[in-house]
Amino acid sequence: MDTSRTYDVLVLGGGNAALCAAITAREAGCSVLLLECAPKHFRGGNSRHTRNLRCMHDAPAGVLTDAYSEEEYWQDLLGVTGGETNEWLARITIRSTAACRDWMHAHGVRFQPSLGGTLQLSRTNAFFLGGGKALVNAYYRSAERLGVDVSYDTEVTGLDIADGRFRSARVVRDGIEHVVRARTVVAAAGGFESNLEWLKAAWGSIAENFLIRGTPYNTGRVLRMLMDAGAKTIGDATQGHCVAIDARAPKFDGGICTRVDCVSLGIVVNRNCERFYDEGEDFWPKRYAIWGRLVAAQPDQIGYSIIDAKAIGKFMPAVYPPLRAASIRELATALSLDADALASTVSRFNAAVRPGSFDHTRLDDCATEGLSPPKTHWARPIDTPPFFAYPLRPGITFTYLGVAVDERAQVILQHDRPADNIFAAGEIMAGNVLGKGYLAGIGMSIGTAFGRIAGEEAARRAVA
Amino acid sequence: MPSLKETKAIAPVLVAEGVRMARICNACRYCEGYCAVFPALERRLDFTERDLAYLANLCHNCGACYYACQYAPPHEFELNFPRMLAEIRGASYRKYAWPDVLARAFERNGLVLSIATAAMLAAFLTGIGYAAGGSAFFAAHPDAEGAFYALMPHAAMAWLFGVPFAFAVVALGIGAARFWSDTEERSRDFASAGSLSGALADASTLRYLGGGGDGCTYPDDRPSGLRRTFHHLTFYGFLLCFAATCVATVYHYVLRWPAPYPLASWPVILGTIGGVGLLAGPAGLLWLRAESDSALTSPRQTGMDLAFLVLLILVGSSGLSLLALRQTAAMGSLLAAHLGAVMALFLTLPYGKFVHAIYRFVALVRYHLERKRPLPEIASE
Repeated sequence: MDTSRTYDVLVLGGGNAALCAAITAREAGCSVLLLECAPKHFRGGNSRHTRNLRCMHDAPAGVLTDAYSEEEYWQDLLGVTGGETNEWLARITIRSTAACRDWMHAHGVRFQPSLGGTLQLSRTNAFFLGGGKALVNAYYRSAERLGVDVSYDTEVTGLDIADGRFRSARVVRDGIEHVVRARTVVAAAGGFESNLEWLKAAWGSIAENFLIRGTPYNTGRVLRMLMDAGAKTIGDATQGHCVAIDARAPKFDGGICTRVDCVSLGIVVNRNCERFYDEGEDFWPKRYAIWGRLVAAQPDQIGYSIIDAKAIGKFMPAVYPPLRAASIRELATALSLDADALASTVSRFNAAVRPGSFDHTRLDDCATEGLSPPKTHWARPIDTPPFFAYPLRPGITFTYLGVAVDERAQVILQHDRPADNIFAAGEIMAGNVLGKGYLAGIGMSIGTAFGRIAGEEAARRAVA
Repeated sequence: MPSLKETKAIAPVLVAEGVRMARICNACRYCEGYCAVFPALERRLDFTERDLAYLANLCHNCGACYYACQYAPPHEFELNFPRMLAEIRGASYRKYAWPDVLARAFERNGLVLSIATAAMLAAFLTGIGYAAGGSAFFAAHPDAEGAFYALMPHAAMAWLFGVPFAFAVVALGIGAARFWSDTEERSRDFASAGSLSGALADASTLRYLGGGGDGCTYPDDRPSGLRRTFHHLTFYGFLLCFAATCVATVYHYVLRWPAPYPLASWPVILGTIGGVGLLAGPAGLLWLRAESDSALTSPRQTGMDLAFLVLLILVGSSGLSLLALRQTAAMGSLLAAHLGAVMALFLTLPYGKFVHAIYRFVALVRYHLERKRPLPEIASE
């Protein structure tokens, strides 16, 4: 970090989108400074927890099987967002994924076939060899080789923006404040999911009980500064990716391994031992996306997934061992729940289960009758000891409230005027494309597409 | 000093830590493409001591998974998978060693190898010097024919080396059998179709030092092919030296043609190329090890790794020096030094780093055997 010079491009953030922007701008001949607020060990924002990116392709390509057309991709996105998307920006993202793997490969990223247990993603998602941290490591090596200046542990405390024009950033490193000047700035500093105060402002006090699956460094500071400087926002602060994860997970940074995938194999009760939603409604992608919110709506924001011995070995292994007991009553005691209430819920559920042929690979005919809420698939009596339980909490993966951008990744100000030299990429603007719902791997698609666009456009603006 | 029972057991606290880490890996799975360890791990829903010993012996300790790990320290999960496996691997060498009492040799292996080497050098130098008498020991041999056996009769040499070598083969074989039986596989499945050939192919190409394509991350966090190159030099150098010895044995007993052999003969050609490999390979591996990330290795293992590499260099360099100077007055001392180094190697073969080759191979056979079986039927995400 050289405070005596004026950089062509200043990149705020250190994850996938930031690195794509920094590398692209540097390759266009610009001087680039990248500021990562995390220490080197925790660099990469939430990209370090990712594992793949969703790619369109017209024929089998590398690790991707079959074909996934632009139209199918778009329809999938339209489906999950319910229209909370900008088709123009979405299609730019989708199209860019057709060729971006070559660019990624050239910058050190390697791919692997879809991981064990994720076969249904083999057509649509290209997995990174070693996961997102390996990708981030490859990009940092690439960036450093190209001559991008990287400064870790560097927090942005203020942006000097006047009339939509960025001039400099105030930053703090090792407790000392510096001013960094640059001709253009790319904001790629993620969302605000690790800012508990902001989450509480949006969700109310229940947010106290949320776990944050990703980096503790996504405090939304840069997002807030852009909003204060007049950037137009997109999305709603309560929208985000919220998953039911193991309640024993760390407060921050538990990543992927804290997910629990046995909801559909048993029942889920709240702290009053009541069921509250159809556990057998749909497959994992839908389940994954809705159960965090469902648990968030329960008292104390906690749920308990209860299964019996029949379910063991039938779902993705969980990181923590389940609580285990010889009877439902003992299980209730282990969970500090009312034993009578849990036994009664389980026996009512068991009595409502109608015979069927269980098949976890399809929406089978095992359902309950006369029970509210029903369990419409995969319903089998919970009657085979030992019994097991996983406590569940809402886990926030990322947030969708962001700044509006145009197709050049330029930040849009109030009155729909693009900011002169301010660009945004990654989670901070992902809400433009994914305003609601979730589609596996699209976050990295948006970050890669708009990271590269932001790098290119910032470079063009810097030399103009 | 730990009791023999403690020496032979894999410490429960280490097993518990291994189970904790393997559960994290099994729930994450991002490293699946790096090597055989992760696909093998994913076949299991829970982990026992024997599973961990198996996984540990599939691991090359390259660090690819460590550098890619979102849970590596300073993350609160403190997931240092390669280092944990290195510790389990070391413990598994002690566990399977035969006879039990010699498992203690793994406790302070660097020291054990150094003492064995020094003792053998001293024994051969003084023994041959004393037996041959000063004038013969320090005489030049311009026409090398039969010169080695003037200092030490061939029959004596054959017995002296044949017996410890045969013992080493038996001890290594029993260790391998103990490991295989601990995996709970049937003994006849060891030689089942495809498993043995698959393991041979992987071992001979060092497939899993490929790091999924660009080389493994060793000695630092950048992918590199150096370790595989140096390991190949070492391994094939070792094999060529062994082949040279075998050819020479045939020459001696079948063709009645005593050593030393001319420069253009097979024993000399094979031995020379092999010797160069045994110099360059271990030297390169020593250099990489000096550069390597200490976070990944078990400190208990450093002595074992270094002593074995140094001993190989000693075998290679004394052999090549003997070849170069066999017609000079230094021949006697160099012959004694070479024989001493080889004897130290033979004696410690089952009680040092060499065993990794055996156990890794057995683990690879198991890996190929398992691959033919169906995966656990877990619901797809």
